[in-house]
Amino acid sequence: MGTMVVTAEKVKELQRVLDSQLLAIGVSLAILIDEAGNVIVAAGNENGVDTTSLAALAAANFGATAQIAKLLGEEDFSILYHKGKRDNIHFTKIGMDFILVTIFTDEIPLGLVRLRVNQVAHELLNLLTEND
Amino acid sequence: MALIDLNRREIHCKIVYYGPGRCGKTTNLFYIYNAISEKYRGKLLTIETRGERTLFFDLLPINLGKIHGLDIRIQLYTIPGQSHYRATRKLVLKGVDGIVFVADSLRKRREKNIESLLDLRNNLKEYNLNLEEIPLVFQYNKRDLVSANIPLLTIEELENDLNRELKAPYFEAAAIKGIGVFDTLKEISKRTVKYVARKYVFSQAQAKAEGGII
Repeated sequence: MGTMVVTAEKVKELQRVLDSQLLAIGVSLAILIDEAGNVIVAAGNENGVDTTSLAALAAANFGATAQIAKLLGEEDFSILYHKGKRDNIHFTKIGMDFILVTIFTDEIPLGLVRLRVNQVAHELLNLLTEND
Repeated sequence: MALIDLNRREIHCKIVYYGPGRCGKTTNLFYIYNAISEKYRGKLLTIETRGERTLFFDLLPINLGKIHGLDIRIQLYTIPGQSHYRATRKLVLKGVDGIVFVADSLRKRREKNIESLLDLRNNLKEYNLNLEEIPLVFQYNKRDLVSANIPLLTIEELENDLNRELKAPYFEAAAIKGIGVFDTLKEISKRTVKYVARKYVFSQAQAKAEGGII
């Protein structure tokens, strides 16, 4: 694990993908984080959401469930989903080191979010891992 | 994994306070949280059990100001010290850039300190890191108890038990009163930022990076 560097151009590209694929279907907030709990890029309405804490907890949550997965003989669980009264949160692993966190209301069907997240996962991973 | 965000011109580093249960890791974070102004700190996040023991981790993001035009943002984490939380400790260490080892000066905690340092070494190994390489500072905590007539380890004993070969800097502290807390933080921050910057320059020399300057 080295140091990750994100340039302004890279942030713009990542944001464009999150905007056009996730915010476009009504997702309120999409955050791309690394497994150490750093926010790489966030798109959407951060209104009142403490993204720093959210990223740290999301990374920890993923790590903890990966341990549960191992107890069952799985490598990890690549998707996590928590349902709230108003907001729902969906976590997807992107490659080995990154997690995409998506927050959306009940008005957006979970299936649509999952479909779009699946579609963008590859594109995001390419952007994150390609050399500048 | 440190993150250098050239878009917002920020460097993010992760510093973990490690050590045996009840040695004062969370106390360090609380003191820092209460002592610095809101402008320079984020929210203190704690996940603890009812007995006020850290269950998963505490997190305090702080802002150290600018170096070469880049904002230095540091995330301070603690780990749960109790030995049965080993899996959790390993998770918190993921992507660590610097470590403060808080040792308990109480004489009866001697073995726990040694055990915890060994546990740290083993956990780092699983991420291909080693104690000799990663920025490390020792904090010998609870020195104030000497006046309460409680048997404490001497600094020489602590040094000999933990730091004989590592020869990392150490600070005497009484975290509950704030003594030594900022000395420790200052030293580990300095070392961590240097380490991250050096790694960045090194990786930049290896691969062509665009627009990066340190």
